[in-house]
Amino acid sequence: MKIDKARVLKIYEQLFLLRSYEEKIYFLFLEGVMPGTIHQSQGQEASAVGMLFDLRKEDYITSTHRPAGHCLAKGVSLESMMCEMFAKANGCCKGKGGAMHTGDISVGALPAIAITAGGMPVAVGVGLSCKMRKTDNVVVCFFGDGASNEGAFHESMNAAAIWNLPIIFACENNLYGASTHINMVTKIKDLAERGAAYGIPSEIVDGNDVFAVNEAATRAIERARKGLGPTFLELKTYRRCGHSRNDSCGYRDKTEEKEWYDKDPVKRCKTFIIENGLGTVEDIVEIEKKVTQAIENAVAFAKSSPDPKPEDALENLYF
Amino acid sequence: MSIAEALRMAIQEEMRRDERVFCLGEDIDIEGGFGGAFTVTLGLSKEFGHERILDTPISEIMIAGAAVGAAMTGMIPIADVQYGDFLFCMMDQLADNAAKMTYMSGGTVKVPMVMRAPVGATNRGAQHAQSLEGYFTHIPGLKIICPSTAYDAKGLLKTAIRDQNPVIVFEHKLLYGSKGNRAEKSALSPVGEVPEEEYLIPFGQGVIRREGTDITIVATLLMVYKSMEAASILEKEGISVEVIDPRTLVPFDYDMVIASLKKTSRLMIVEEDTKRNGWGAEVAAQIAEDALYYLDAPIKRVASYDVPMPFAPIMENFVVPSVDRIVDEVRKLIKTEK
Repeated sequence: MKIDKARVLKIYEQLFLLRSYEEKIYFLFLEGVMPGTIHQSQGQEASAVGMLFDLRKEDYITSTHRPAGHCLAKGVSLESMMCEMFAKANGCCKGKGGAMHTGDISVGALPAIAITAGGMPVAVGVGLSCKMRKTDNVVVCFFGDGASNEGAFHESMNAAAIWNLPIIFACENNLYGASTHINMVTKIKDLAERGAAYGIPSEIVDGNDVFAVNEAATRAIERARKGLGPTFLELKTYRRCGHSRNDSCGYRDKTEEKEWYDKDPVKRCKTFIIENGLGTVEDIVEIEKKVTQAIENAVAFAKSSPDPKPEDALENLYF
Repeated sequence: MSIAEALRMAIQEEMRRDERVFCLGEDIDIEGGFGGAFTVTLGLSKEFGHERILDTPISEIMIAGAAVGAAMTGMIPIADVQYGDFLFCMMDQLADNAAKMTYMSGGTVKVPMVMRAPVGATNRGAQHAQSLEGYFTHIPGLKIICPSTAYDAKGLLKTAIRDQNPVIVFEHKLLYGSKGNRAEKSALSPVGEVPEEEYLIPFGQGVIRREGTDITIVATLLMVYKSMEAASILEKEGISVEVIDPRTLVPFDYDMVIASLKKTSRLMIVEEDTKRNGWGAEVAAQIAEDALYYLDAPIKRVASYDVPMPFAPIMENFVVPSVDRIVDEVRKLIKTEK
């Protein structure tokens, strides 16, 4: 990987944006000013940023019930995300989607699909479309370890393999499906084996190392663009937060939590930058200040944005 | 021309017209195969190649999901399921993704896809027999069409392919045509004139199959033909039956039904689906809300009994509305009132 200072700092900025966005949302949610529920992605930022940093706008992603990081990293605007969280008329889904369905097709982020593995067959169709339209665009299909026990997962992997589709299956293995540990529901240790079982080149990646994720993504994207077919990346990671609101993670082992918190992807990137002289503490502080301000601005913008009219609920049923 | 041929011609014309249109499904055009369970896509790969007539693994979730994904990103898929019953396997993709994407995205995403599904009881037992229209009419965001003639099959399917929204096409196994080695034993032969020149049939416009003055029967697919036969029998007894084929269930041509009721004052709905909470129940309720005062008799539904479809032909014939049952129920309705 070429280490270029500006690039590395930009990667850090993205990581910090994803982390701060989720922290801010959590705070606003606790404050009670935000309706609905939340499924957050603190701790999994390296996967979103590493996978998507080099994608083009014309490339696509499919996401899950935990979509904020993916959407922001794909380029959905911070303001439109925040407005959607506040259920405003100018949210990215005009207030009709909510936290689990954020997206913006104009930047290639399909509205997130919140049924476990439900986005995977859709990704197959997007991959088919990219191929049939003779583009070299690719699809990054995000899903979690929980999805790997759904039928849709298996049907999708098989189809992508036989049709050589330009899809990167990004399996964020954070060890838990809601409160259930993966060992209780899956016999094998590495989900990458399941990719291999379908004849798809599969890799195990340190999902908390943004550069490792980015390198693996680069290889996979190149294969896909060249028409060489799908890749399966198992990104080993951990969520720092609960599955959804009001989840204090009573089901998790504290030693396990500590072990993973020590591998925090945002902190690791920051340390890497400073230790390798790719940026100074001042550079970092400046980035963090800028991002924090942008988030504050987005919150203020969202709060002052108009609510939808109740009867807007009857619009947009058909295109 | 048979309905199978008319559907094939619609697909062919639209694929020639628009390169974004493609077909996907199980066994849809394998060399030496059937061309879909009922021959609709037979031979199309000769003209369009196997990339646009895409044979899939037996993966219904994937087929429906892939249609959604392709439709959202610039293609127009026509997905095929061998038997309508298999739609249950893909229910999440149809109900949660196809139907909701446009809405959930605040109208920024479109899903122009077609899902074709054969329905109807044909001595195959309970899992290859269901008429599933009612389930899908309940889901906001889908359009539901039920062509019963070759003319309608072509015109409605072409409209479906050009629609910007997901459309489910229910086709009846006994109406595809009675010729060829995939034809059903008891198939009807609704061969009809299909003009050479291009035409489209808009959704939400029913058609009066037979005019009458004493009672209005609303029926779709095979039940149109059974109702027509019943009407001929009843005519000899001096009962004049009007038969309306709504052709599309979502949207539904209530105007045509209400206009007919102003004349006949009696409504019967004949459907092949099981009775409880079927689309007929919805039509009955809507008419009761909007047009009760035009009626001189209770609304009558004639539908399959609420059991899974039995295999024995003698039992199947009993469960599905027969011509005799329709005739009988009309007689009762008219007598009760008099």
